This record gives sequence, C-alpha cells and structure tokens, in this order.
Amino acid sequence: MIDMGAAAPLLSAQGIIRYFPGVAALRAVDMHLHRGEVLSVVGENGAGKSTLMKILAGVQQPHAGRIALEGREVSISTSSQAAELGIALIHQELNLADNLSVGANIFLGREPERLGWMDQRRIFEASEHVLARVGLAISPKMRVRHLPIGRRQLVEIAKALSADARILIMDEPTSSLSASEAGVLFEVINDLRSKGVSIIYVSHRLQEVEELSDRVLVLRDGENAGELAREEITHDAMVQKMVGRDISRFYARTTHSIGSTALKADGLVTQAWPGCPLTFNLRAGEIVGLAGLVGAGRTELLRALFGIDRALRGRIEVVGKEVAFQRVSDAIAAGLALVPEDRKQQGLVLELALRYNLTLAGLWRHRQIGGWLNRRREVEDARRMIKALAIKTPTDTRRAGLLSGGNQQKAVLGKWLSLRPRVLLLDEPTRGVDIGAKQEIYQMMESLAGEGIAILFASSEMEEILRMSDRVLVMHEGRIAGELDRDAMSEEAVMHLATGGDGALTGE
Amino acid sequence: MKHILGISGLLVAVFLFTALLEPNFLTAYNLQNTLRWTGLFGIISIGAAFVIITGGIDLSSGSVVGLVGVLLPMFLVGQGWSVPLALSAVLLVSLGLGLLHGVLVTRMRLQPFVVTLCGLLFYRGIARWISGDQTQGFGGEFAGLRQLAIGRLPLTDTFGLPMPFLVLIVLAVLGGLFLNYTVWGRYMLALGHNEEAARFSGINTERMVILAYVFGAVTAGIGGVLFALDVNSVQPAVHGNFYELYAIAAAVLGGCSLRGGEGSILGVVIGAAVLRVLYNAINILGIPTQLEFAIIGAVILLGVMADELVKRFAAARSTARRTALSDAVMDDPPRDSAHGDPDSTL
Repeated sequence: MIDMGAAAPLLSAQGIIRYFPGVAALRAVDMHLHRGEVLSVVGENGAGKSTLMKILAGVQQPHAGRIALEGREVSISTSSQAAELGIALIHQELNLADNLSVGANIFLGREPERLGWMDQRRIFEASEHVLARVGLAISPKMRVRHLPIGRRQLVEIAKALSADARILIMDEPTSSLSASEAGVLFEVINDLRSKGVSIIYVSHRLQEVEELSDRVLVLRDGENAGELAREEITHDAMVQKMVGRDISRFYARTTHSIGSTALKADGLVTQAWPGCPLTFNLRAGEIVGLAGLVGAGRTELLRALFGIDRALRGRIEVVGKEVAFQRVSDAIAAGLALVPEDRKQQGLVLELALRYNLTLAGLWRHRQIGGWLNRRREVEDARRMIKALAIKTPTDTRRAGLLSGGNQQKAVLGKWLSLRPRVLLLDEPTRGVDIGAKQEIYQMMESLAGEGIAILFASSEMEEILRMSDRVLVMHEGRIAGELDRDAMSEEAVMHLATGGDGALTGE
Repeated sequence: MKHILGISGLLVAVFLFTALLEPNFLTAYNLQNTLRWTGLFGIISIGAAFVIITGGIDLSSGSVVGLVGVLLPMFLVGQGWSVPLALSAVLLVSLGLGLLHGVLVTRMRLQPFVVTLCGLLFYRGIARWISGDQTQGFGGEFAGLRQLAIGRLPLTDTFGLPMPFLVLIVLAVLGGLFLNYTVWGRYMLALGHNEEAARFSGINTERMVILAYVFGAVTAGIGGVLFALDVNSVQPAVHGNFYELYAIAAAVLGGCSLRGGEGSILGVVIGAAVLRVLYNAINILGIPTQLEFAIIGAVILLGVMADELVKRFAAARSTARRTALSDAVMDDPPRDSAHGDPDSTL
C-alpha cells in the first residue's frame, strides 16, 4: 500500500461518459489526481467540468467509466458515499443553513450525541479546532447569516475537513468573493496542499488557476483537450486549449465615434452610500467600464440609475433632459435598460417560456385598447430577437431555465434590445458564461455602441474592463475614486484607484 | 392543459359514480342546485385563484362573504337604501378591503397569510357586532333582487341554468381573458414566478399584487351578495365560515400552485364543481354528513397526488425518450448542440 502510494494516483477516473437529454456532457474523459496536489480543471461552460465534478462527488452517476481511489475501484453513487471516501464538493452556491450557527453547520447531519442529546460542547470545541485549520478566528457560536460570503466559503471548507475529507472539489469558489477574500482562500488552499490534502479546482478565472495549480486539465466539448504541467501553465496556453483556436482575435477592439452626452448624473447619492455623491456622464456610442472591488458600490449605482432603489439626492439627465425615476418603468421610458447581475433571479423568469421573457419588458408596446395583448406581434418580436442574437433554442416556447448560461444572458440582452435603449447598463455581463458566448456579448456591446448607444458596464474582470472600455470609472467604497481614459488605462492604474490609492498614478 | 383533462376526469368520475348509485342525483332539481352552488363557490374561487397566482393567499374571503351578507340586508331593510345604492356600497366595501390587503402586503411588506388571517378574524367580529349577532334577512321583500341568486334561465320545462352559475360563467370568461390575453395577466404570471425579475423588467409589481387582492375581495363581495340573497337568513356568526378554504381548495384542485405563477381559470371552475358534486354526493348517497370534511379532504389529497405522479411519469418518459435519442447519436453528437448546457440547467 505504502509503495503504491507514490505510483498510483490518489484518485483516478477513466473513460467517464455521461449524457443528458440531447447532448453528451462527457465523452470518455480521463482524470487523475495525486496526493497533496492542486489540479485545476478549466474549459468553457458546457465543456463538462461541473458534470465531472458532480460525478466524482456522487451527485450524478456516469453512464460508463471507472473511478479508482488509491488504485482500488470504487463506485460513488451518493454524496454520503463520497464523503465516506473522503471526497467533498464545495458548491458554487454555498450549502449552509444560514439561520444556524457555524458549529451547527459544520456538524450538520453528524452531530455528536451524549445520552441521546446533541453534545453542544463537543460541537463547538471541535469546530473551533477545524476553523483554525482554515485560518478563521471566529466563534463557532456565531450564526452563518452574519458572516460575509468569503468566510462562509471557509466554513464550508472547514466542514469538509472536519468530515476527514482528503479530496476537496471546489467549483468556482471565487465567483462571489472580493479580491482580499479570494486571497485568504488561496492561502488556505496552499496550506491544505502542504498538509497533503488534494484539491480539484474548477474556475473560469485563469489568473487564479495560473497562480494556484500544480497541474491543469483542460476539457473541451466533454473531452480531454490536454494537460499542462506546472511550468507550462500560462493564460494563453490554457485559452488556446480551451477554445482550440488562436486567441489573438479575442483581443480585437474596433474603434467607433463617440457622440454627445447621453446620460449625466450630478451628485447622485445612493441609499447604500449616503455620504458619497456621484457625478459622471456617458456619451452616445461610448463604452464606459465601471471597475472596483466587490462591495465598492457599483451595483448600487446601477440600481439607483435604473430606478430600482430610489436615489436619495442628485440629478439625472438623459439626452439633456432632467428625469426623476420613481420606478423602473420611468427609467425604461427614458431609454435606459439594465442587464442585472443575477440573471437567474433578476434577469429572467426561469419558469416562463423564452418568448415571454424576451417580450416581458416591452410588453406594453404590444398592448392594444383595453390592455389587450397582440399575441401575433409579440411572437414576431420574440422570434426576431432570437434570430438577431443567435440564441440557441429548439423553440421559442422553451422554458428560459432550460437554456445554457450564455443563451440566458443573450435572452436578457434581447429583452432590452428590442426596446432600442439609448443607455445600456450592464452588471457583470459575462459572469458565468463561456468564452464563446463572452466573445459574442463583447461583439454585441461593440456593435451597439457603434449604433450610438451609451454603455455603462460594471465588471470584476480586469481583462474585460481593459479590453472593452473607452473610459473607466473606478469606484472605491461608494465613491468614484477616479476616471481613466483609454491611454491612461492599465491594470496597475485601475487597481491603484480601486484599492483606495491616492490618485497619484492617474495624474489627476 | 393536461391538468384540465385530469381534473375534468375526476369531475366526470365522481359524477358518474354518484349517478349510477343514486339515480335521483340526475333529477333536474338536484342538478340545478348543484350548479347554483358551483356558481356561488366558483365565484369566490376565481378571486382566490388570482391571489394565489401572484404568490399570495387570501384567507379573508369567507368573512367578507359574512360581512357583506350582514351589510346588504341592513342597508336595504334596516336603512331603506335603494337597491343600486346598497349593492354599490357593499361592493365598494369589498373593494376597499381588497385594497387594504394589497397595500398591507406590498407597501408594508406584511405576509399575506397574516394580513388576511387578521382580516378573517376582524371582519367576522365586525359583522357580528354591527348586527348585534341577530340573524339578518330580506323577509318576503326584494323578490326581484333575490332572483339574482335563486332565479334561473329556463332551458326546458323543468331545467334551467341557475343565475349564480351564469354569473360565474361571465366572471370566469372575463378572468380567463384577463389572465391570458392582457398585458396585466402576463405580468401577474411573471411576478408570481419571480417577483424580482418582474420588477427589473419595469413591471409595477406592487400595483399588480394590489389588483389581485382587489379581485379576491370583490369576487368575495359579489359571492357574498349572492349567498345572502340565496339563504335569506344570514347568521352573522357562521355565514361564510370556511368558505375561504373551499375557495383555496378549488383553486388548488384547479391547478394553481401555492408557490405562485401557475393557474388557469377554467381549472378553478372545474375544481369548484368537483367540490360541489362531492358534497352533493355525500348528501344524496346517505353517507353520514359528519364524514363530509373527511371525504372532501381525502379526494383533494388524492387528486393532488395523482397530478404529481402523472407529472413525474411524463417527465421520466420524456427524459427516457431523449436519452434513447442521444444514445443513437452518441457516435456523432452535434458540436453545436441546441439543447443547452447541461452544467447550468441542473
């Protein structure tokens, strides 16, 4: 056994096949993982990463293939079996009961008992110990609800460790973390690795992957697209394997002319940051990036602009005319549109047909006398947007929830584009969509700007900000910390402002 | 649509079962009565359905029936108001109560269950207090007005369609058109599923929710008028008791999901009919009436269970079919699959 340890991988999967109605998610994928290794799995959405992880964690069953742990073949048909084997999946959406204490969550389902009662003292003692392993100095009696999201993630990891997990599977763990929270997570990962825990790390954020990984497995269309050893891991190498084509075309950015002021905000004060008046303008045909760390107030700004949360003070002018938005419909009437941060919760009604979603925001245009709906025009409108945006769907009556992430995002865009907005607000427009769809969304943004639409987009991805923006507004703790033109734009300059730098780098 | 077929099947089954065991079930008199009661309960069920579709619940409709039942005779007989004035007054009261529910739910962000539960208690108490707990009625007067509840549209010498049933048909058609063919109906369905997404789409969700509670209370008011005219002796303490639960039961049987967003008006009408036929069957078959609630409860439960099983069976079958299909194309799967991304559809 001990001799085997060095030779045989800790976990290996061979020829894993899994299909879903109408599509093969995995076609004979191989993977192996060594002890104390961080293996990153990258690929576009739909490449099969999440499916593979679910299979390893016993959430889904493969239709063919073998999984072996320390050279011994195992079958993992439930997540509790996976837990017994020491495999834990840290979910993209955290699985914590936030009304319970940290300790109660760590021991949920395996509460130690004494004389038939829950042994609270042991729960809290053992929790403290395992929390220390992930560097969390909090009381296990604290309710999860009161923890910021980054710490909840660490609690989840602690929970896995307390169940003696040897293999941690992390699916997009940083997608909702701020930079500093992510930094803490990376430290924990490095620490666990040095203690022999193996980690499978799934992420869209290639920079993190580059930093963390001992090895990278690339999947494409449900197949192995290649592996990169530590010294081969570079951003470009990964992207090349993911998309199977040259990446240079991804960096093209057409130029277009910028017109007169489309939107002007003067001293706008949001409810979240009552002490921070915001002043800026957007011009027709201009793409303005809204950069900043998570929690800097970008979403709040967009929500206030769009009339979702009422602004406390300040003036908004659209094409030179002062407007006051009591509610969203006022903003829409003035020519604004917002593609929100959370497309499943805010952008779409997942249970309704794609068609109904596409026309929801503009339904009033198909209204005849007495509120009567002109269904024929509605259908035409929906079909036109499906075609124009190349939304992949068998029919326009398919439930929006059944579309892929990229197509869902296109549906949210389509809902607004059919209204021909003057000002398009986008909040994290490419979150959770694959590189192909990302590229399409970028092209769409450019062509919309080309048509004279002013675009303000908030993004946490530096690359996206630098690539797409004509100008960047950088926010820090509720204020606009600075503004960078295309010439002044650089990763360092943006980060400097976003982290509360004194503005020396901007030359202001 | 499948659901409508299912609930219709249940209606036909209970109907035939009763008719076979007791031929008196099919007499014109009995059928008329059943239709009349279907009409009366169906009317308040439609309002309940709109509230449920927007993701809320209205527990107050039985007490609104009670309150209106007390107020109408008091206005007409006690105060000597004219018929149009008295009718407008009670309907305005119901509309006001609906507005109040809606505003409390949306502006005050109170839970619908709590708001309408308090309504249930409050309106019952008010009805008993203003009437001094004395039975109210129209005596021998207002025969013309009472035709609204007890009259019928004769079809043959012995059989005619009861007026309340005709009122139900009119309201159901209006309700169905509203829900499926107007912008506002679509808004209600959308916000019932996902209120936040509806708001982000520029829909004034508060206004639509308030409108649903107004529908709920006004249909309860219309029902209350007809119930009062029908019985002609309104006992403030019990008139309309439990009717809110019949209304909710009819809506659920008819396919409304208490999670919101789902429902059809036709289904609700059939649901109300199932409840009334069942009730009638219990009486006419000589089943001890003490069992009434037990039987109605059991049938609703079985109906909902059957519906769930059919849904699961259908889902399993379509998955199996598509899996078989993808088995066949496994060797050469489409690169550019139109079926979406399995990662994100789960």
